[in-house]
Amino acid sequence: MRKVSFPYMGTSYIPIAKLMKAFGNEVVLPPRPNSETISLGCKFAPEFACYPFKIVLGTYVQVLEAGADTLVSTGGVGPCRAGLYTTLQEKILKNLGYKFEMITLEPPGRHFSDLMASIKKLINARLSFRDYINIGRFIWKELTLLDRAERLSHKTRPLEAKKGETTRVYKKCVDLVAKAESIKELAEIEREMELLYGGIEKKDFDPVKIGIVGEIYVLMEPSANLEIEETLGELGVYAERSMFLSGYTVSNAVMDLFHMAGERDVKKLASPYFKEMCGGHGRESVGNAVHFARRGFDGLIQLSPFTCIPEIVAKSILPRVCEESGMGFLSLTLDEQTGKEGVRTRLEAFVDLLFAKRKKMRLSSAKSQLAKEMS
Amino acid sequence: MRIGIPRALAYYAYYPFIKTFFEKLGLEVVVSDETTKEIMDKGVEDAITDACVPVKLFHGHVRNLKDRVDYVFVPRLVSINAEATFCPKFLGLPDMLSCSVKDFKNMLEVRVDLRKKRMRLFWLCMSLSRRFKKGFFTAYNAYIKAIFSFKNYAHQFLQGGIPPLGIVAQRKNLPIRLGVVGYPYMLYDSYLSLDLIKKLINMGVYVVTPEMVPEKDKMKQAKKLKKNLFWTFSNSVVRTAYHFFENRCVDGIIHITAFGCGPDFIVDKVMELEAREKNMPYLTITLDEQTGQEGLNTRLEAFVDMLKIKRAKKEAALA
Repeated sequence: MRKVSFPYMGTSYIPIAKLMKAFGNEVVLPPRPNSETISLGCKFAPEFACYPFKIVLGTYVQVLEAGADTLVSTGGVGPCRAGLYTTLQEKILKNLGYKFEMITLEPPGRHFSDLMASIKKLINARLSFRDYINIGRFIWKELTLLDRAERLSHKTRPLEAKKGETTRVYKKCVDLVAKAESIKELAEIEREMELLYGGIEKKDFDPVKIGIVGEIYVLMEPSANLEIEETLGELGVYAERSMFLSGYTVSNAVMDLFHMAGERDVKKLASPYFKEMCGGHGRESVGNAVHFARRGFDGLIQLSPFTCIPEIVAKSILPRVCEESGMGFLSLTLDEQTGKEGVRTRLEAFVDLLFAKRKKMRLSSAKSQLAKEMS
Repeated sequence: MRIGIPRALAYYAYYPFIKTFFEKLGLEVVVSDETTKEIMDKGVEDAITDACVPVKLFHGHVRNLKDRVDYVFVPRLVSINAEATFCPKFLGLPDMLSCSVKDFKNMLEVRVDLRKKRMRLFWLCMSLSRRFKKGFFTAYNAYIKAIFSFKNYAHQFLQGGIPPLGIVAQRKNLPIRLGVVGYPYMLYDSYLSLDLIKKLINMGVYVVTPEMVPEKDKMKQAKKLKKNLFWTFSNSVVRTAYHFFENRCVDGIIHITAFGCGPDFIVDKVMELEAREKNMPYLTITLDEQTGQEGLNTRLEAFVDMLKIKRAKKEAALA
């Protein structure tokens, strides 16, 4: 039996682990990235590798030590470097003397036969067509539920009366989803989730709204972005992320199969500023920024790993987008040296500025109203 | 009409083509000044901090040009063949420039994507000449001359010269041959590379760069890597290195890279691991806007001395 493992990103490990188990593999669960993961990654990775590369490499070392013999990861067609991660990681790890098989899942659009061959390697159980359908439905439901739990937590956290309650509820929801075995249970959990979030005591005010864009890994993995959403929520800010796992799966796996570009509207929004696809999520970052601006957000935060190429391109464009639409802009570059307290200080200052700006706007609009009444 | 070509990035790889084409169209071509400290400082001022040095330099060269010409030629290099594209920074270059350089209104943005159809380059040149209201025959003539000029340039490299640095030929019977690999815009900018190639030549080294290896030999190495790299220049560098490993036609390899260069973290690591396996001396030199002359000299001298000692030992053992 294959002992399969994969990179850790946000809550994605829950559906992926279930999928691998359903296909008849043993799963070695990757640990949540911690300081040991990061120091292992930095030790073996090249100096200028981006932060996700280092974390993933560190995770691989940990799972290989724990006995995994097959690593599964996604590929890509460039020009972002992420598509070549597996090639280089395999080389580095083999050089260190580990024995394993690396299975790269390429996007279906251009490498359909490769993808099918690698999926075949992962299916080690006899399954009927109906089983596949059921597995697919279950996994999809789980993905959407996890995203929903996260969205709800973003909405509730800035309003909570007692600090830390949302985080507790969110963790409980994730645990419940992780334990679910059948699609019926998931439906029950969905109801329970509503009740749990509904039960949190809330204050009534209009929080400052901040959109978060950036590179997918640091966006989705809380240990890589130093729990930025939690920090912002506790500062009383409604933070919305531009990317969620289920949306990403649709635009990159399903749409690609039919040779259609995912997230078309976002790309259209970006086109006045950013005319060319440049890999990664550079153009999506710009498009989502425009989208956030149109929805009346107060500020924008861009998360990028150090030396991430598409985000560097986006970073030189985003200030102009924000200036033209009157949003505040903060760019955070993350790597293994970034400290949580430093980030918190910068976030606090940023949020204070946005609050002040809002107050000023209100004051000036009140003034103009007064002037109208006087005349 | 005056057209400006910034002396950075793609300039070093393709300038004979661009220059000849515009000249034969009857336009006045102004190439920006050779890189100086002032240009570098201007670029650092305008570009965002995370960008690599060559991109910052491009910003500097645009600043140097934009007020004295009618148009500044900024190519958006997407791809020149079917297998690879360019680095994302090349793809987003015009967008970056229009956002970070102030009052930059006279950009001549040209999208170069040659992977879909044959004769794309020809039609691209035709549409470009139409923009300047030139007739078909003038344009055709310019295109043919440009192609010849580029072929001549490539041929000079194969003969052992390095035209952008003004080196016509190198002495063949030198004791040490070194492969100096890196992107054209790093190697041939004498300010950025701190005259590294000339320094090596003065030390009595025969230098081989990726451009000096015939395309045929590079393509032979294409299958060696499990997955092709996504970037044209990187592919050329890696294949050159593999060519050196296989044929042992050099004594050592120096890889020149820019600080924070995205593609190079993969290129460099792949070559480093391979060099260790194949027992080939290998040195990486990372350059940025603050690299000092002396540090570089010391490292180059040490590396070349080491190779000389190694060779002397080998000869003694043979004798």
